[in-house]
Amino acid sequence: MAVLQLPEWTALAPALILAGTALILFLIDSIDPHSTNRTLLAGTAVVGSLSSLAVAVWYTAAGVGATGIDNYGVIDLLGGQFVVDQLALYFMIIIAVVTALVAVASYDYLRDHTYQAEYYSLVMLAATGMSTMAASNSLVTIFIALELTSLPSYALVAILKDNRGSVEAGLKYFLIGAVSSAIFVYGVSLVYGATGSLQLTNIAAVLESGDGAVAEMDGLLGLGILMLIGGIAFKTASVPFHFWAPEAYEGAPAPIAAFLSSASKAAGFVLAFRVFTTAFPLEATTAVIGVDWTLAFVILAIVTMTVGNFAAATQENVKRMLAYSSIGHAGYVLIGLAGLSADGGELVMGAAMMHLLVYGFMNTGAFLFVGLAEYWGVGRTFEDYNGLSTQAPFACGAMAIFMFSLAGVPPFSGFWSKYLLYTELINAAADNTLLLVLAAALVINSALSLYYYSRLVKALWIEEPILDRDSLAQPTALYAAIVAAAVMTVVLLPAFGPIADAATEAAAAVVT
Amino acid sequence: MMIEALIAVALIGALVTFIAPNRIAGKLAFAISLVPAALSLWLLAAFDGSGNALLDGELAFESQAAWLEVGDYSISWFVGLDGISLPLVVLTTILCTLAIVSSWTPIDERESQFYGLILFIEANLIGVFSALDFFLWFVFWEAVLIPMYLLIGIWGGPRRKYAAIKFFVYTNVASLVMFGAFIALVFGLGDSVTSFALPEIATAMLDGGPEGLFGLGGTTLASVVFVAMFLGFAVKVPIVPFHTWLPDAHVEAPTPASVLLAGVLLKMGTYALLRFNFTMFPDQVAAYAVPIAAIAVISVIYGAMLALAQTDLKRIVAYSSVSSMGYVILGLVAYTQFGVGGATFQMVSHGLISGLMFMAVGVIYNATHTRMVTDMSGMADRMPIAVGILIAGAFGYMGLPLMSGFAAEYFIFFGAFGSGIPYAPLFTALAMFGIVIVAGYLLFALQRTVFGPYRLETDYEVGRAPVHDVASMVVLLGLIIALGVAPDLIFDMITDAIDPIIQGGEF
Repeated sequence: MAVLQLPEWTALAPALILAGTALILFLIDSIDPHSTNRTLLAGTAVVGSLSSLAVAVWYTAAGVGATGIDNYGVIDLLGGQFVVDQLALYFMIIIAVVTALVAVASYDYLRDHTYQAEYYSLVMLAATGMSTMAASNSLVTIFIALELTSLPSYALVAILKDNRGSVEAGLKYFLIGAVSSAIFVYGVSLVYGATGSLQLTNIAAVLESGDGAVAEMDGLLGLGILMLIGGIAFKTASVPFHFWAPEAYEGAPAPIAAFLSSASKAAGFVLAFRVFTTAFPLEATTAVIGVDWTLAFVILAIVTMTVGNFAAATQENVKRMLAYSSIGHAGYVLIGLAGLSADGGELVMGAAMMHLLVYGFMNTGAFLFVGLAEYWGVGRTFEDYNGLSTQAPFACGAMAIFMFSLAGVPPFSGFWSKYLLYTELINAAADNTLLLVLAAALVINSALSLYYYSRLVKALWIEEPILDRDSLAQPTALYAAIVAAAVMTVVLLPAFGPIADAATEAAAAVVT
Repeated sequence: MMIEALIAVALIGALVTFIAPNRIAGKLAFAISLVPAALSLWLLAAFDGSGNALLDGELAFESQAAWLEVGDYSISWFVGLDGISLPLVVLTTILCTLAIVSSWTPIDERESQFYGLILFIEANLIGVFSALDFFLWFVFWEAVLIPMYLLIGIWGGPRRKYAAIKFFVYTNVASLVMFGAFIALVFGLGDSVTSFALPEIATAMLDGGPEGLFGLGGTTLASVVFVAMFLGFAVKVPIVPFHTWLPDAHVEAPTPASVLLAGVLLKMGTYALLRFNFTMFPDQVAAYAVPIAAIAVISVIYGAMLALAQTDLKRIVAYSSVSSMGYVILGLVAYTQFGVGGATFQMVSHGLISGLMFMAVGVIYNATHTRMVTDMSGMADRMPIAVGILIAGAFGYMGLPLMSGFAAEYFIFFGAFGSGIPYAPLFTALAMFGIVIVAGYLLFALQRTVFGPYRLETDYEVGRAPVHDVASMVVLLGLIIALGVAPDLIFDMITDAIDPIIQGGEF
């Protein structure tokens, strides 16, 4: 049904458009240095990310990466260094959505800021890295994409140069990031040493061939896998590499916190999903290293969600609460990998991906609301948020939706994605009873999270303000981004069927 | 598509009202709410369903559309009305309109948000009573909580934060217990169920019941689920000993929220009990009939005694709901045509009467700024019409013939007395004794507030009630008398939907 035959490299268009947008922003900056034409800069970034989104959605709808008659099939690029399949496109959509929301919200947030063009082009560069990460099919391209995401992120966290917190957070993020990168790349080299290959499919082929040479390197390979998990844990803010997250999110400008906690996390997960399903097929890998790697993810998931939620419950600062809760959500998504040990694991992974998509809206929205509060200068603690709804009912209504959705209260999307995750996990638990523990942990943690999320709703809507505030401004772009995220959190509901199908198919494509 | 239209009008209206300026929000919400009210009356006139929605009945205004697949089960948008749900939908739309009118006087801040939330509740309540897919139903069921939490929390009385959180935690925990139990049941039913459509699940339950799950046998699982769901719904009803959230929520809630809470939200609990426990589990009903009947009688007597001990007029009305809902449970567990039918009739009747009582108390409070029975005296001198309506409502509560309360209670007692459950006459006689206590506390309260010399000392004029308040109460009173004089207006359609349930029963 191809009306127009595009060259193969255009399959990467969602990522390339983001890269092009970054370059255009650099160009604008070189023509007009220190430009503060916010409309032009933010507009370019928004148009770029929306184009990327449109192309990714178009490809998904047209059947790029899907197998079957009339479809284009999975597209390999550059000798298998990149692969565009449904998994890649699914995450490119999430990343483009979050980038667009963040770019819109930054328009107001950065009003009096000096490094406008730099800011937007760094955002677009980081998004390019995330988008490429979704399509990377070799440990080398993965590492490059990882660094392309990380380096702009370090700068973005520290971009509020006059703010000590921001600079400190950037430094902390950078140091931990550098260590994690080192660990990751060391893991890559160990895997290369053991298997003699960097491309994911080749690694799998070597493992499955039962080659005696690999079997002798079992310790090396196991260590390498463990180190890869470490690198992924950093990017997804999972325990034990989570402690940068609260500091970095708190110090960073709120839109950047939203960006890192939603898009960057999603990118980290696509990496995890692809590496562990494609490169390390469970049975073959277990035969070589003697340990079932899903066990690591079961433990990681339980510890991550518990640590995140308990820490979130004790916070007084709203942004830190959100940061810890985002660690908790990383724990939920890790279930996607933990469930692979059983039949029907691809369904669990699909549910986890579904949760990431919903999370992309509700968590971005929540951080953008914090950005709005920072824009108003109302302070950072729960008490400071008291009674905001009298002055800003719309934004507070949206925030209530985000909070209830994050907590998993029906009827919001967050309930459905968690429910999907839960039922698929229970189904898979028929094969592996260890997963029942995971399901119990998911329920207990969700119930706990209602406490701190509803606390914020209570502050916004029910408490009286502790001091009289001047009337609050209503920045159009920030409002637009927040309301758009809230509307999507609700509107996803009727469209849940097709999206869940897309996620499950994308997951099944790599799990097989 | 009529049900969709009802829900959509209320939802879009909620959004429009939320945006509208405070000044016009009340009138705007009223105008919008007239649309679902008129539509629902038209539904009542055009109703052509027969039988029970869950038991192969002929549904009216049915529509079904595939929504999504969760695991091996499909979820659909599935709505329809039968003789049980239609009267409750009409009750919802009418009470919402009247609740909006009764908010015009007391609500004087953040009006657009207030009226928006009321319309939002209305949309979800219609959804609860018309949804026939478990998930769809659960979405509406839970969505009612959030606006009510906010209504109590923002516009409530001095202890509103405590009351709002207590309300939210109690009912949300109950919902989760019920949800978990129901999902376990569906999993336990095995391959005989492929969707969450309630009729399919009800059929599977009556055809053989669950196979078992997690090592529990089928019968054990059914019993566990029955008890868990009963407890989950019992909180919402509420039944003693799960009633403690209710007086707090009622007393702190603003008048219109109390009207909706007592008038419709409590019915969600009994409606769900009827639809789930008493339709799908006839064997368990038979097995647990005696304890349930005992709980019902305790709720009636204990609730009435608690009301007798109160001095706050609103608290009296609030506690009286506990005993009225006890009658509903008694009627349901009787498992006869008049018992279950009377219980359903009582849901509507109590919705109207308690709505009227809360409005009347609200009107008096707006005028006097006190609700203490001990402070008031001789109110009849100052606001004769409102007080007259209050007295009429109280008589309705006591079960004065030709008012809907009498018809409802008569049906229930008649049905319960002839029921097959052990000691049925004894339970009925005990429950009837409750009427005496009800009459006692209502007459005590009226005598002290209404009659005697006027002695309230205020620095403002306590005068007659505003016309719109009186008008909305008159509408309710008219409906109460209409249903009392001619119960057949809805009772035929109710029994038509009840009969299939009773025939599925053991006794």
